[in-house]
Amino acid sequence: MAKINLIQSIKSTLQQEMEKDKRVILLGEDVGRNGGVFRVTEGLWQKFGDNRVIDTPLAEVGIISVSIGLAVAGLKPVPEVQFDGFSISMIDQIYNHVGRIRKRSQGKYSVPLVLRIPHGGGIKAYEHHSESLETFFSHIPGIKVVTPSGPYNAKGLLASAIRDPDPVIFLEPKRVYRAIKEEVPEKEYTIPLQKSEVVQEGNDITVIAWGAMQRVVKEAARELSGKYSIEIIDLLTISPLDRETIIYSVKKTGRCVVVQEAPKTCGFGAELITIIQEGAFLSLKAPLARVTGYDIPMPLAKLENYYIPDETRINKAIEKVMSF
Amino acid sequence: MFQKKKRMDMIQFLDPEGNVVNSTGFPKLSDQDVKKIYELMVLSRVFDDIGLKLQREGRMLTYASLLGQEASQVGSASALEKEDWFITSYRDHGVWISRGFPISMLYQYWAGDERGMKIPDNINALPITIPVGSQIPHAVGIAFANKLQRKKSVAVVYFGDGATSKGDFHEGMNFAGVFKVPCVFICQNNQWAISLPRSRQTASETIAQKAAAYGFEGVLVDGNDVFAVYKATKDALNKARAGKGPTLIECYTYRLESHTTADDWKKYRSSKEVEGWQKKDPLERLKKYMRKKGLFKNEYEKKVLEDAKTKIKTATQRFESITPAKPKDMFKYLYETTPQELNEQMKDFD
Repeated sequence: MAKINLIQSIKSTLQQEMEKDKRVILLGEDVGRNGGVFRVTEGLWQKFGDNRVIDTPLAEVGIISVSIGLAVAGLKPVPEVQFDGFSISMIDQIYNHVGRIRKRSQGKYSVPLVLRIPHGGGIKAYEHHSESLETFFSHIPGIKVVTPSGPYNAKGLLASAIRDPDPVIFLEPKRVYRAIKEEVPEKEYTIPLQKSEVVQEGNDITVIAWGAMQRVVKEAARELSGKYSIEIIDLLTISPLDRETIIYSVKKTGRCVVVQEAPKTCGFGAELITIIQEGAFLSLKAPLARVTGYDIPMPLAKLENYYIPDETRINKAIEKVMSF
Repeated sequence: MFQKKKRMDMIQFLDPEGNVVNSTGFPKLSDQDVKKIYELMVLSRVFDDIGLKLQREGRMLTYASLLGQEASQVGSASALEKEDWFITSYRDHGVWISRGFPISMLYQYWAGDERGMKIPDNINALPITIPVGSQIPHAVGIAFANKLQRKKSVAVVYFGDGATSKGDFHEGMNFAGVFKVPCVFICQNNQWAISLPRSRQTASETIAQKAAAYGFEGVLVDGNDVFAVYKATKDALNKARAGKGPTLIECYTYRLESHTTADDWKKYRSSKEVEGWQKKDPLERLKKYMRKKGLFKNEYEKKVLEDAKTKIKTATQRFESITPAKPKDMFKYLYETTPQELNEQMKDFD
């Protein structure tokens, strides 16, 4: 089995789904001849041509809103936005239309698009190129928010997202794009949406993370492996949330640390802590804790590593909860 | 040196007195077709009149009147083929009525029951769009899909002069030009976006001329002359179907009523201005033309009005006798399969 990185995994999945279903088309800025700014779609324009890999004008709102029409009229568009920060102007259309057309048409139409967003920091990019926005998207009814953490789950999740009848925001942790390689079967497979994964079983404490933070958490847990039995959950789908897996785990361990790269206030971690409080209160042995970014704009490259949660901060939080 | 070009000509066949002022290109419509258009305009006006009354009686929510825009809406919508798409804003009741959408459902929607937007299978339309201009790029996407799938269907999108100030208009028009999609943009320039005059939306002399910047044709029509609107729309549809790309049509018209029932036009415009436009009433203009053509007799006028009133009355009774929606209905249709979390939340209504 070949070991490939996240970019190769996403690219091969796009190709596989495009071969499987003629309705699947890609569109975005520089996704064609150039293969996308991260080269995720490299070679696909040459393979599928102008009508299926479409270079668009430089217009994020146009990309998402034209995709709505494409989806309603029978295609399965997979639009790409180059960087997270530029997806914010798309939220008007996502909130007001993408998530609502099925309901507003009483089930007559659906918008089965997958918006791919390179997401989060850690690659020393410009300003506005390193944002963590899952909270914005997961607050919008009618859409699904999915984030892989590595090449293997990216393939199964993206295939599920493209085949899903509802709109999906697919957050690709750009810091992971070329950072790791995993064994990824060439054969197609899917990983169900709305299902989180227990990636490491343990009995003392549950640590929840998603996207790029998953790798950092695994490393942190490795450092503490002789000391505590740590259970790690990878959300995979952020919205709608797999409440059961989380509650089951925290009921077992009685302790939990939530890790997010996004700013602290109203981050998705706050939602997780609330649902744990609602569903596992009587099992808790210590206050819940969260490790997050700070309530400031993502700093420029020189300071970004001080902003993004690292192993030290995560382990400090684990120790604090364990020693309560 | 930059030279100011002559203002774009406005397409017009009838003057306000119903005289044919230009017969070149006058649309080929049978007497029956003309009568049908007249009847739809009357029906739209009665729908509007009763809509306003129902609102005053508390039987309807805030309502946006189409009064004065019947020719722009019925004239354009009458040019569509069955397979064409229409995507509208909130003042376009005449478009929906002309395309055969059930009138009772239109009222039902405007009375606050979302089940009214269950569009019948034989009608290609998106639900009415409320955020101004945001529907423009949706139509471009639909047109693009039609082109990619080699369908003959054209997407026709309706919006007002206010919408042309928005980025959605620009991005939609720009995509349409770049990809040469079969889309017809119909701007009903009714001169007012709530309290702001057209001059506060754009410094362009006309809205139609904006099309030039996107690389396609823009035409200016007298929006109160139903034949001019019909002809411009038909030509644009034929052009789109032939693969020759999009067209922007500016229907130069006037909103005779307030923006909605929550607004009062007396705060921002003069009675004199409104009276001036009342003299250009599109329905009266068509009547005068038909009378001159011998298509119009007093009994016919009476019968058309009575028929329209009966239809509207039936529709009113129908929507008001519909079984009320259940609280749980608000959770319906959000996803194809309702997520566990929503099933839990729904239990509040068990």
